[in-house]
Amino acid sequence: MATEQKPILEVRNLQKYYPIGRGLLGRFSGSPEQVVRAVDGVSFKLQQGEILGLVGESGSGKSTTALSVLGLIPHTDGDVLFDNEAVTESATGKKRRELRRKMQMIFQDPYETLNPRQTIYQIVVEPLEVHSITRDKVEKHKRVIEALAQAGLKPPENYLQRYPDELSGGQRQRVAIAAALILKPELLVADEPVSMLDVSIRAEILNLLRQLRDEQQISILYITHDLATAGYFTDRIAVMYLGRIVEIGATKDILQNPQHPYTKALISVIPVPNPRLRRERVLLQGEIPNPINIPSGCRFHPRCPIAIDECRKIDPRLMPTNSAHQTACIRVK
Amino acid sequence: MTVAQEFFRKPQAILGSAMLALVLIIAVFAPLLAPYDPYERLRVQPDDLFAPPDAEHFLGRDDAGKDVWSQLIYGARVSLLVGFAASLVSMGIGTAVGLISGYYGGTVGNLLMRLVDFLMVVPDLPLMLVVIAVWGRGLLNIILVIGLLGWTYTARIVRSQTLSIKERQFILRSKSIGASNARIILRHVLPQVMPLIVAQTVLDISASILAESSLSFLGLGDPNLISWGSMLNFALDRGAVSRQAWWFLLPPGFAILWVTLALILVGNSLEQIVNPRIKSHHLFDARRMVSLIIPLPPAPQSLKESQDNS
Amino acid sequence: MTPILDVQNLSIDYQSNGHPLHAVEDINFQVQKGRSLALVGESGCGKTTTMLSLLRLLPAEGRIIGGRILYRGTDLLRLSEREMRDYRWKKLAIVFQGAMNALNPVQRVSDQIAEAIMREPQITRKQALTRVGELIEIVGIPANRAQQYPHQFSGGMRQRAMIAMALACEPDVLIADEPTTALDVMIQAQILSLLQKLQRDLGLAVILVTHDLGVVAEVCDDVLVMYGGKVAEAGDVETIFNKPLHPYTQRLLQAFPDINRPGSTLASIAGHPPPLDDLPTGCRFEPRCHLSSEICKRIPPLALEHDAGHYVACHHVEQ
Repeated sequence: MATEQKPILEVRNLQKYYPIGRGLLGRFSGSPEQVVRAVDGVSFKLQQGEILGLVGESGSGKSTTALSVLGLIPHTDGDVLFDNEAVTESATGKKRRELRRKMQMIFQDPYETLNPRQTIYQIVVEPLEVHSITRDKVEKHKRVIEALAQAGLKPPENYLQRYPDELSGGQRQRVAIAAALILKPELLVADEPVSMLDVSIRAEILNLLRQLRDEQQISILYITHDLATAGYFTDRIAVMYLGRIVEIGATKDILQNPQHPYTKALISVIPVPNPRLRRERVLLQGEIPNPINIPSGCRFHPRCPIAIDECRKIDPRLMPTNSAHQTACIRVK
Repeated sequence: MTVAQEFFRKPQAILGSAMLALVLIIAVFAPLLAPYDPYERLRVQPDDLFAPPDAEHFLGRDDAGKDVWSQLIYGARVSLLVGFAASLVSMGIGTAVGLISGYYGGTVGNLLMRLVDFLMVVPDLPLMLVVIAVWGRGLLNIILVIGLLGWTYTARIVRSQTLSIKERQFILRSKSIGASNARIILRHVLPQVMPLIVAQTVLDISASILAESSLSFLGLGDPNLISWGSMLNFALDRGAVSRQAWWFLLPPGFAILWVTLALILVGNSLEQIVNPRIKSHHLFDARRMVSLIIPLPPAPQSLKESQDNS
Repeated sequence: MTPILDVQNLSIDYQSNGHPLHAVEDINFQVQKGRSLALVGESGCGKTTTMLSLLRLLPAEGRIIGGRILYRGTDLLRLSEREMRDYRWKKLAIVFQGAMNALNPVQRVSDQIAEAIMREPQITRKQALTRVGELIEIVGIPANRAQQYPHQFSGGMRQRAMIAMALACEPDVLIADEPTTALDVMIQAQILSLLQKLQRDLGLAVILVTHDLGVVAEVCDDVLVMYGGKVAEAGDVETIFNKPLHPYTQRLLQAFPDINRPGSTLASIAGHPPPLDDLPTGCRFEPRCHLSSEICKRIPPLALEHDAGHYVACHHVEQ
């Protein structure tokens, strides 16, 4: 599935800071400008045909990372390399178009993702028109049908003239997937694609995405807060906390052998549909700090059940615990 | 329910539409409906001047002996033409300014809004007077003047709508596909704003008609055309009041009132229907639900009800 | 043991354009003091409607057309609106979904909780403030933060404030509608832990409306699975999870990912819940059911007791 070769996506020390205005008084009194450090040094590689999960709670920076990877927002520092080309938000016209064609995004809210005034045909054909792929009406029609069928909407002809409000949440999400597929992208960034869908249809959509990966070698970056679906769906997982990756490794490894105390705590509290299961729940106290005031040293130390004195001073880097499994914690050997 | 269906369920909408339709028909078929051609030169007797209504002259005659009713009919053409044309200009400019400043924001957006603020502060009529004085009288000039000064309100509301629309997920998705800003504005933002613009246009037309009437009334209209405003101008100027020639004085005013009222009824109905209601996701409707828990009296439908309850 | 809340044959319609939509039909369940019941189902199954009806908070178009809601023996449906006010919030309280977004942004949190307490006319402001202090301690809001405004609270804290408001008048029954959707996993765990604690320490009867089976397994004692406005299956949590009999329950359980078994296959159920204006004549799940047969299409199955306390509505289950 994932081959060892040049990765299709490489993110190196990505940073995205949002400055917060100081106001007039602040400016005069010389107080330092405050920044929200939404993404504070994230690095990872994605191989072709691989599904990587970025898992984190709110404030972890996972969505911001996704938008930066796609070049939809400018990043403050660091590199994003797609197919060896740098992705920057300011890349002009032609180059940007090329990148857009190869990287597509699936969004979270199926009820807001489609323009309510366009027909399904218009929605799915739009990428073709934007990239001037073909002028031929017959060709366009054919490709739309193909994309809809690939996304599991059958018979595709029935959907062409319908409007989004005639479709269910799951169907709308499939339309969004069809619109993403029609350009034959190499990378799909899926931001919580199923969290707003009923449980009984989540698996369908995830299965569809996995099938696309299997058949077309599309790489997928799966953003979610739900470790359980990530466990089902991904090859590798990167756990994010407050703008950094704290642990990364093969999915099975992460879930069955978590190293970082945050990962361990998360796994211990995720509800499991098994009433007989008795387990030790590590309920972290308090809440995720505001990304404006990131704790000193290890950013997790205020809530960490195994924090020691050094943790307040040392900002840990991701260190390998075995070949592919890395953890950012000084207490993990 | 579609907009049309909702529209025709409102009594005020039906009334307004009927009133408007009547005027439009009269204006369009003026040559067929008017018994006399008010532009024709006339040979008159002294008795004809300010002649009161009779069988041949339904609304009597004016100071020059011309038939008032025919003038009223032909006057509709000018008033409506100026109203619609000027509105077209102002809606066009207003929409463009609103979309651009709302979508792009930044320096451009701010500058445009400062321009809007400036124009809103300056009193309309005196400015129009000055401009006409400089450009000269004429139909085109009137249309332009009214149009170029009337777009600010539209710009404001289009901008505020644009600001909220551009944050919606389907806009972001279009961007991620690679759509250009122009495409996004025209294909995605504009259609969402359209209903509001249409509703606003209807109201704007009535304002334009009033503006034209005012200008003509002040003697700044096109000297070669008859409009309701010019009729009022002549009526007052040439002594209809002292002659108590109500048939010359009242009808144009009444006609302006009629059309304005019709447009307001229609525009108001449209606005009630298309005004964007806050759409909350189907999972989160708590606001409404929580208001049910604390037994407040039902929200008053009108001010009168709330006064009754207190 | 007599249940504190006993719902019998509850049926609710929504009026729409003249004809009634049968949102909920013939629901039966009981809640015991100190135990929690999960109302489980997906969108459109009627769980929110049922829950709203318990407090008679249905919107104008909703109409309870049959059944009884017995709270300690009193049928709440027979009460006048005025009489109902003595029960609503005081005996049965509710925490709504997304309610944390319904706090008044310009009023301090402690004041809002105090307001809820002072619904009881005899309570003075001083007494109310003391009670506020008790409540925020119970729900885990630090005392020095109670005076803050909602925007200074995180999502989890706001949800705790909503729970405090619900507990203001010392109810017996607490209904929580998707109390942890939109909250982070860790906060969700905290809130669920809080609900369990309240159940234990205050002897509350808790009704939890949710679609999350993990939450149900973790926190609830009894389960009512709803589909298409009717009861599909009901029983205690162990039975439902380990011996589910209704095909919907079985498939739903298979659709839920288990973090302890990563990579296992997840099921999904093709199709979608029945629209209210086009309900099937027979079993409501039949169009999506792999066991569907002739009788399923024609006759709606009754919820019959399969074994002690375990009810199933399915023709293919041996009674």
